Formats: sequence, C-alpha cells, structure tokens
Amino acid sequence: MTYVPIGHDATVYAPPAETPEPELYHPKTFIGKYIWSQDAKVIAIQYSITAIGVGLVALVLSWLMRLQLGFPNTFSFIDPSAYLQMVSMHGMIMVIYLLTALFLGGFGNYLIPLMVGARDMVFPYLNMLSYWIYLFAVLLLLASFFVPGGPTGAGWTMYPPQAILTGAPGAGWGIILMLVSLAFFIVGFTMGGLNYVVTVLQARTRGMTLMRMPLTVWAIFTATILALLAFPALFVSAIMMTLDLTLGTSFFMPGIVSQGKQLGYGGGSPVLFQHLFWFFGHPEVYIVALPAFGIVSDILSVNARKNIFGYRMMVWAIVGIGALSFVVWAHHMYVSGMNPYFGFFFATTTLIIAIPTALKVYNWVLTLWQGNIRLNVPMLFAIGFIFTFIHGGLTGIFLGNVAVDLALSDTMFVVAHFHMVMAIAPVLVVMGAIYHWYPKMTGRMLDDTLGKIHFWVTFLGSYAIYLPMHYLGFLGVPRRYYAMGDTYFVPDSAQSLNASITIAALVVGVFQLLFLYNLVWSYFKGKPSGDNPWEATTLEWQTADTPPKHGNFGPELPVVYRWAYDYSVPGAAKDFIPQNEPPDLSAAGAGVPRT
Amino acid sequence: MTTTLVALAVIMAAVIWWLVRPSIGARPWVEQRTLVPDPGAAGLPFPTVKLGLGVFIVVATSLFALSISAYLMRREGADWRPLAQPAVLWFSTAVLGLASVFFQRASGAAKSGPVARVRTQLFAGGACTFAFLAGQLWAWRQLESAGYYLTTNPANAFFYFLTALHAAHVLGGLFVWGKTTVRVLRGAGAPEVRMSVELCTLYWHFLLVVWIALFGLLSLT
Repeated sequence: MTYVPIGHDATVYAPPAETPEPELYHPKTFIGKYIWSQDAKVIAIQYSITAIGVGLVALVLSWLMRLQLGFPNTFSFIDPSAYLQMVSMHGMIMVIYLLTALFLGGFGNYLIPLMVGARDMVFPYLNMLSYWIYLFAVLLLLASFFVPGGPTGAGWTMYPPQAILTGAPGAGWGIILMLVSLAFFIVGFTMGGLNYVVTVLQARTRGMTLMRMPLTVWAIFTATILALLAFPALFVSAIMMTLDLTLGTSFFMPGIVSQGKQLGYGGGSPVLFQHLFWFFGHPEVYIVALPAFGIVSDILSVNARKNIFGYRMMVWAIVGIGALSFVVWAHHMYVSGMNPYFGFFFATTTLIIAIPTALKVYNWVLTLWQGNIRLNVPMLFAIGFIFTFIHGGLTGIFLGNVAVDLALSDTMFVVAHFHMVMAIAPVLVVMGAIYHWYPKMTGRMLDDTLGKIHFWVTFLGSYAIYLPMHYLGFLGVPRRYYAMGDTYFVPDSAQSLNASITIAALVVGVFQLLFLYNLVWSYFKGKPSGDNPWEATTLEWQTADTPPKHGNFGPELPVVYRWAYDYSVPGAAKDFIPQNEPPDLSAAGAGVPRT
Repeated sequence: MTTTLVALAVIMAAVIWWLVRPSIGARPWVEQRTLVPDPGAAGLPFPTVKLGLGVFIVVATSLFALSISAYLMRREGADWRPLAQPAVLWFSTAVLGLASVFFQRASGAAKSGPVARVRTQLFAGGACTFAFLAGQLWAWRQLESAGYYLTTNPANAFFYFLTALHAAHVLGGLFVWGKTTVRVLRGAGAPEVRMSVELCTLYWHFLLVVWIALFGLLSLT
C-alpha cells in the first residue's frame, strides 16, 4: 500500500500523494483478464465494442427510415408502425446506448486513469459491474425487437399518454422493455460514474494538479457529474411510467378515452413527464457534447503543435456549460404550453449558454491560428467537428427563441439542428478520437488513406444530408411523419430533396463499414505505432508499454511537472515536453519560473 | 421543479467553491521549478471509499429532490385527495432515528472500543432498521385496509412510491450492514471494520434526513 520509490527526488517538485496506491486486481485466467475483467482499459474496450455494435443497429434503422422517406410506397415491409418504431429505437440507441456509453464508459474508462496517472479506477469491481449491467440493459432493449408488438414507437421522448396507450406501436412489451432497460442502464452508469468522478478527485498522480489535467479529463469529469445528477430524472419518470402502465396509477396519465373506451386513468399530468424527461434530456446533450469538447481540444492542440488557447477559460467554460445546462430544459417544451414569462426565462438561459460555448469555439480557432498544423486524420475530424458544431450551434440559437421555435417545432429543421450539433459533431470527435488513440490501444496505426477517404465522405456526406434537411424544415415538412401525402404547402421538389438525402445517408452509412474494415485490418496489419506516434505530452503516451499493461505505468507511477500543453516551447530541444519530464535545472535561468 | 433547482444550486455551489481556489490563481503554463503548495495538488481530505459514498449520496439526493418536485407539481391537480397519515409513521421515524444513534455509537466504538461493543451497536442499529421497515409495511397495510389503494388517488400513489423508494435505499444499506455484521461475527477486529461501520453511519444519517424530509412533506401537505 505504498509507492515504489522514484529514482530522483520528485518531492522537490510535487508533494507526496496523500492517497496510497490501491491493491491491484490480478487476473489469472483468460476469463478473468478479458471477460470478467476489472481493468479499466479492458472494460473501456468492452463498452466501446458493445456501444458501436448497438450503434450499428441504430445506423441500419436510420437507413430504413431514410428509404421510406426518400422512396415512399416502395418498401412494403416498412409500414407506419414499423417506421415509428425505427425512429424511436434509432433515437434512443444513438443518444443513450451509443454516445453516452461510448464517451463515458469507453473513453472515460480508457483515458481517465491513464491521463491522470493512476493504475486503474478506484473501484474496479464496481466498474466491472457497471459494464455488465450496461450490457444487460442493451440486451433488454434489443429483445424488444423480438417481443409481440415489437419495440416502442413512441419516439425517443416516450411522451405519455400515447406511449402506453393501446394502438401505439409497441405499447405493451416494447415500452416496458424500454423503460426497464433504461432503469438498468442508469443503475449501471451510476456505478461507472462514481468511479470516473472519484478517480479524478482522488487518484491523480503526484504533481497532477487539477489545473494540469488535460481538457479531455475535465470534460469527461464534468459530463459524468451532469449525468449523475440528471439521470435520476429519467429513472424516476421511467419508474412512474412503468407504474402507470402496469399497476394503473395516474402519475402521467390523464382521464382519457381510448378507442371508444374510457380508461381507468384520471388527472395525471403528461407535462409533468415532459418536465422530468427534459430535466434529464437537455443535460444529456451536454453529457454527449462535453467529452467531445475536451477530446477535440486535445487533438487540436497536439496537431497544431501549440498549447490550447485559454486553458483556464476552457475549464471554466466546461463547468459553466455544465451548470447552465440544468436551467434550460423547458426550451424543449415551448409548444407544450407555458407561461410567457417562463418562456422568456428559458429562452434567455438558452441564449446565455451560447457565451461559454462560443468562447470554446473561439479558443479552438485561436489554437489553430499560426499553429504548425499536422493535417492528419484525427486533426481532419477535429476541424470537421468545429464546422458542424458551429453550424448546429447557430441553428440552436434560432430554436432557443420562443417565437422562432413555435414555427419550426416538429419540423425537419429541428431534426437537422440536433443531428448537426449532437450527432454528427460528437460522432466526428468519436472517429477522430479513435484514430488518435487507436495506436495506444493496439500498438498499430490505422491506415491513413482509408482514414482520409472515411473523413471526407463522412464530412461532406453529412452536409449533403443535413443542409437540405434544414430547407425541408423551412418548407414545413414535419418530422416523424411516415409519408407526406398530398400536403398542399410542401412543393413536389421536396420529395426530390428527400430522395437525395436518402442517397447521401446510404453512402455515408456504407463508408462507415470502411472504417470498421480499417479497425480490423490495422489491428493485424497496421504500421507499428511506437509509444508516442503523435509526439503528444499527456501521460497516456508516456507509458512503458504500448498498449499499456495492467497497472498502466510499470513499477513507478509518473510524476507530473507541467501542464498538458507544452508544445513548441521556445528554447526547448523538442517541440513537445511530456508532462512527466522534469525541468532542466542546469539550464540558464534555473530556479526562475518561465513566464 | 423548484425543489430540484434548490438542491442543484447547493450542489453546484459546492462544486464551484471547490474549483475556485485551485483554479483562479493557477498559471499551469508556467513551469514549476520549486515546490509551490498548490491547493489542487492532492485529493480531497477524505478516504476514497467515503468520497465514493458521498458522491452516491449526492446522486440519491438528486433522485429524491426530483421525486419531491414531481409530488409538489402533481398535487396541484384537481383530483388530489390527501390521505390520512397513519400514526405508525411516528414510530417508524423514532426507530430510524434510534438506528442512526446506534450507528453513530458503533462508529465511535470502532475507533476506540472493543469489537464486542461495535457488534452490540451494529445489532441494535440493524434491529431498529428492520423495525422501521416493519413500521412502513404496517403503515401500508393500514392504508390499504382503510381503502387508500395505490390507484384510487394520485396522493396515495405518491405516498406508496416515495416510501418504497426510500425503503429500497434502506434495503441497500441493510445489505452492506449485513456484510459488515457477518465480518464482525467471523472475528474481524474493530480496526478492520471501522471504515465499513463509518460508511454505514454516514449512510444511515442520510437515510434519516431523507425520511424526515419525506415524512414532513407527506404530513404537511
């Protein structure tokens, strides 16, 4: 329970850590090492594979939806119920089971211990349970495809009363499985989330002050706090809706006549559900976006060979965005009916959140300014993110205003907006992050040419999908509609646009298979990467082994002497100085802080 | 949602207070050549497991604050008919309070006293907690026999929901209590179980605070 002595006198620079090293769990069998593993790195990969696997299901669902929208009345197996089920499952899987799980369970598990200089998460057993409960939640969700009535078709928002009324697709087993799966997901996430937060707080290595942490860690840490505080809202609403459905309570269900029959419900408030749902739902946007912000900051800094511009402000912006994200939820409910003063309040808070967000965008651009830019694949994805995020962010400012939102609500404009800001933008970061850290995870580089093709098709293809979709929204094309029929205010050309969007979506989707191929091919045949192929400063690139072995850092934990962004330091021998490199006291000016 | 926002504001204030000191004056871009005391250098001054429990308590606080918010919003409906509070809830409150006291004493005993005292206090705390759960069940039975069924009225549904949510947390606590008690019965010394007992104590105080808040809310409204 003590530290292994360090070869040099590290305590001159960094005080001894107050938290003793934990006893590491040592697996002895294949199953202990790769299946019931308590190693955060293995758990991260388990999370990532599961999340990407279930994400592929959601991707296929989106293809089917697009086929219906682009070429209506062509595919007989897509009926209105099936279409609504595809929309609902696509949304829920992508937001919760892919993005949340991948950013926090995947990247969080892999990067937090390595980046803060810890051997593992502080509660490894709980961490392992977290993954298995997540997997169980995923299986429950996927099981709903095979139950009578199929999965729920109530939309990813699952608004009552229609979500549980007979006649709505999947109103029996489908919605129950969805609600129970969500409850399990939240329990599992809470176990993982406790780990991420406490590891950042307690297990940082010597010298790793809070303000020396890479922005990736700051962002995942803050997103986890948001998730820990926001998911209980979904948990409560899931339980209450399950009770309404199974036991006949009236938390959310009003007195209602369904299919000519008066149901036993009475007085429940569907708007109460909306409040609870969006109290979770809006922070959820930032649970997905904040890790993307952090990761993109680090990728930009490494590949611009410059320190991140305004590090301290970036930290405060992450925390500020996190705090503000809890007081904007009702902007999703402008059309549900609310006191105009509340509308004004929520519009104001929504617009205020643009300030720290814009600050981050400026800082990313200023980080690139006069940088010695390496336009490699991760960097392409990071720059692509800036474009799509600005685009989606600006349309968010439109929709944050009550007067504009009333007109655009429930149109394709909203679909285009949130896909740009919380689907394409974070997914570009996920891709960039995988290209960036894959060499550390496997010891091999991903193929560069395939990566570039993947980027350009994904980036340009995303615009081909979503730019025209904004226009469809302006035309008044509603979202969630199975078919347009003879709608007088929508011109025929809208259908041609829909067809072109579908073709773009299919092309982009198919090129993701190229990415999967690259992941598998490079694992066996990729160019060996070495320990630090990007010449980065953060601790995960300074491990003795690549991929890092159990315990991450060999016998000695690193000591941190500097922040994570010492790139192109004037007078330094190399254009990067790793965080664990001691200062050169023999150099001129030794003992005098460099300013 | 005011209740939730107040709870959140308190949590956020704590986070910001924690963050201000190490970050306002920090200049991480300046290479540090000599030891400079840095408030953000070390972890928080709590054992890691205690901090873990603290974070869980924050999550559970959010859960209860949201449930209370939902209760307050729903009770404004025209169909809300308050139920008659069973008197046995006063008994439940008293025994949960006693459980908290016994756990506090167990915690003190684990620091200095013989393990036999720890064992006695743990048993007493556990027994009181089972008595609390029995009291809650009794209250449910009384309500049921008086015709206050789950689906009769939203006030009833919320009563059952909130008490069940709290009881689920009590059961979780009893699981850890059970593990600790088994360790003591198998001969573990006071220093070995000290942390477990301290964690139980902290958690039972939290359970008591939440119950008093719920009981007050259900009684006053």
